[in-house]
Parts: sequence; C-alpha cells; structure tokens
Amino acid sequence: MKQGLYKITENVSIAKDIMRMTLCGDTSAITAPGQFVNIKLDGFYLRRPISICDYDDNSITLIYKIVGEGTQALSEMDDGVELDLLVGLGNGYDVSKSGEKPLLIGGGVGVPPLYNLCKKLVGLGKEPTVILGFNSAQDVFYEEQFKALGAKVLVTTADGSHGIKGFVTDAMKDVEYSYFFTCGPMPMFKAIEATAKTSGQYSFEERMGCGFGACMGCSCKTKYGNKRICKDGPVLEREEIVW
Amino acid sequence: MVNTKVSLSGWELDNPVIPASGTFGYGYEFAELYDINCLGTFSFKGTTKEPRFGNPTPRIAECPAGMINSVGLQNPGVDAVINEELPKLAKCFDKKVIANVSGFSIDEYAYTCELLDKQEQVGLLEVNVSCPNVHNGGMSFGTDPECAAAVTKAVKAVTTKPVYIKLTPNVTDIVSVAKACEQAGADGISMINTLLGMRIDLRTKKPVIANKMGGFSGSAILPVAVRMIYQVYEAVNIPIIGMGGVGSAHDVIELMLAGASAVQVGAANLVDPFICKKIIEDLPKEMEKYNIDDLSKIIGGAHNG
Repeated sequence: MKQGLYKITENVSIAKDIMRMTLCGDTSAITAPGQFVNIKLDGFYLRRPISICDYDDNSITLIYKIVGEGTQALSEMDDGVELDLLVGLGNGYDVSKSGEKPLLIGGGVGVPPLYNLCKKLVGLGKEPTVILGFNSAQDVFYEEQFKALGAKVLVTTADGSHGIKGFVTDAMKDVEYSYFFTCGPMPMFKAIEATAKTSGQYSFEERMGCGFGACMGCSCKTKYGNKRICKDGPVLEREEIVW
Repeated sequence: MVNTKVSLSGWELDNPVIPASGTFGYGYEFAELYDINCLGTFSFKGTTKEPRFGNPTPRIAECPAGMINSVGLQNPGVDAVINEELPKLAKCFDKKVIANVSGFSIDEYAYTCELLDKQEQVGLLEVNVSCPNVHNGGMSFGTDPECAAAVTKAVKAVTTKPVYIKLTPNVTDIVSVAKACEQAGADGISMINTLLGMRIDLRTKKPVIANKMGGFSGSAILPVAVRMIYQVYEAVNIPIIGMGGVGSAHDVIELMLAGASAVQVGAANLVDPFICKKIIEDLPKEMEKYNIDDLSKIIGGAHNG
C-alpha cells in the first residue's frame, strides 16, 4: 500500500450514473487485478474505496457509480485536481488458477475490476469469455473495450433492451469454461453459486472503515476463519466462502 | 530542544502519542507502513477471554466530521493474543504496549487482565468498561459508578501493573464514575470512549449499521473530550490518558492542557494511516509555536489561575 497525491486527467460519464476517472501517479503498489484504491474527499470523513479498472506504469483508471454524496462529489471534480489516495489495497484476483478458458462475470458496477483481469489473462495466452450483466441498455458500458482485448463478450440486460434478455446465469448456460472470476451484487453471486460448474473467485463489496485491515469494520466469516474484506479480500475463493 | 517525554504511573514515554485501541490492530499492520517505534506506545485491539467475531456488517457509517463503528469487540481471544499476536508484535515493536481488555462479567475482566498482566510486553492495563457495541457488557459496567468500581477492585486484586479504567461519555456525570474508580484503586483513567450514535439511510429508510447504533468518533467529538477531561482532572488525583477526536499536534496539546498526561489517537488512524507519525513529527514545532519547552509541564495547564 502507498499513500500519495494523484492528479485527475479524465473524469467523464460513460453510462447512466457511471463515471470513468483516470488519475496520474505512482502505481508501483498495485500487485494484482481486482485491488482497489481508497480516496480522501474534502468534506467527507472516511475515504471512498473504488476498485481499479486498469492501470499502467503511471496512471490508474477507475470506473465508479454515483450512488451517494461521496461519489456525487467525486463526479464533479475537474481535470487537474489532486486527490489523496491509498493505492494497492486488497489481495486482488489470483490469475494462476484460471485454466485455459476462464469465464469472467461482471454485474453492473462490478464490471470494472474484470477489465484489467481480462487484459492480464489475454496476456498470459488464455481465452477468456466475459459476461457483462446490466439492468438496461442505458447502463451498459465497456462491451467494446472487452472485445478489443480479444475476449468473447456476452452482454445481458434484465429488460432485454440490449444483448441477451435475462441475467448473467442465463448466458452462462452455453459457455464452456475452466474457471470463473466474478464481481457484482450479492443476488448475482448467489445465482452464480447455484449454477457454476468449476472453482472460481468472488470479489466482495462491504462498507469499510479504513480499507487496510486496521478497524475490523468489514469482517466476514469464511471456512478458514475470519477475514477482512479490505485486507484478506476483497477476492475470496469459492471453496472458502460461507454463504 | 523541546522535551516531549511524559510518564504514566512511572512508565516514561518518549512522547504522549498513543494509537487508540481498535484503530491499530495489534500493531504489525502499521509496522509495514512505518517504524512504529516512534510512537509513545499503543493500545492494542480490545481483548476478551474468548474469541469474538463481533457484530454483523455493515459495522461502519460515515458522519459529518466523524464515523460510527459497531465492530463489537472482534478479537481472537486472550490466549491467541498472548501466543500469537504479542510474539508477532515483538518483531516490530521494542516498547511495552497498553493491553486493552473488555469483558462480560467481573470475573472475565479479572481473568483476562490477570493473564495479560504477566506478559513482559504489557506496560499497563486499560480496562474498557465503555464499549457501546455489546450487550450485557462493556458500557453497562461504565455507566454505573458502583459497577465500574467493582471491576476496578477485581482487576486490581489480581494484577501488579498500572490499571487505567477507560470510561464512556454516555453518562450524565462522568466525574462520579471517575471518582469511584479512583477510590477503588485505579491507577489512572482513560477517556473518552465513543459517543453512542446512529445514522439512517434515506434510500432504505433503515439504520445504516446492522446493529442499529454504534460508537461515534472522529474530530467532531474533540470538544466533548476536552470538556470531560477538564472536569475529571479537577476531581481526581490520578493521571488521565485523553482521547476523542484527536487528529493533530494541536489537538494533543489541547487535551494535555485540559488534564491529559498522554493522548490517544483513534479514528484518525483509519483515514490517514500515517497520522500518528505525522503528529509526533509535528509536535516539537507546535510546542515551539506556543512556547512550550517541556510537554509534561503543561498537563492540566488550562486549570491554573
């Protein structure tokens, strides 16, 4: 984990209530896809944890949904503003277990961390399939970006206004896969858990205090003992999760 | 050259800055970030006789100038603290620590304190009779002077190290609780724990915290801490470890002027993991700014004249 000031170079809307922010600064603390940053915002006490969508040697891309006052304030920030970030938080996804045909399943604002994961998997010579689930066509983002990485992409919308009508699990039925990685809301996780045929990794969301393992605000029980979503997670393996 | 040394019941600290229990784990998480030997000392995660998972999540809520937590004393239990956490801490911290203890009965407090009292790494015992997040324990002992005194007596009877009782501000008259602890043999007072608070989510129209209520901390509570420390300092002759909303060297000096012999930093650690190091580095400059040569000489300074 590193603390530093990161300059906003982009902060734009890419779908309904969905923003993409790119920040410039030291990314050396990021060790795996699926990690997150914790952002200090003026006028708010606690930092805001946001998953890392993508990064390179000196920039970080975040995709976030405007859900409350903190993310609303974040969405109104201009290019050039410097933000105090804790970077490289959480364990992230372990790509070594993917097999040859990993399946990546993202639901709504759970999609972003899968982007860098997909990039890493393609880089390792894997053939990922990506299922992106949204409520409606206006919520869809990053379909083309995942395709551009070389992944097979299936999009589902609950109302059928774009792609396959239904949920991510409807699209999973016809996909052959060696392993899965997922991030999204709890009802989606439970549906995946009921249908998935292989091992996999789930990335969890929880209200956090610190984001780096100090306060025990985001603890959960696992088959291997208590874990902190922020430090020992957010990614847990299917085998250890207590549902 | 200014002097930042202070002492607690004969235990000399290089400076008065102490990360508060529950915001610093058992220390080694922060030791990955900086050399924690710069601290005066720190108070480790509230420890109970048995391991505890704590309360359901969400346990955390944002507030104006603060936060609410309802962790519920999650800890691995006293045996694991002695056999696993303290040996891990010994590798990154050369000083003695404050052992923070909670319980659900007077016997439990005494049992856990007796075990921790025997640990060489423990400098003093901080007995938490003020946790707002557990039922039938914690705060229920600290809201009644007689109960607080009974815990103090029981712990003193089985320990040799200084015993500080950590008090809750969720009382009508904190002075009477502090005096009862002093009369029961307490070596010092730690104050204040969090204020009982609640937030409601307008979208769900339900409390944010799963346990509904929790402990409010952060910079918003500093004036409450200053006031209560000031009141208790006037009424007792034992040292006070002050805490509540501290986030700067300025705040440390303010609590000491109110009557604190040392100062704990709590919620601020969760927002800025380097805050205690920064406060320690800022302290000499802040002392010079206010013409303070020797920090221990300003304790209770606001009461003079």
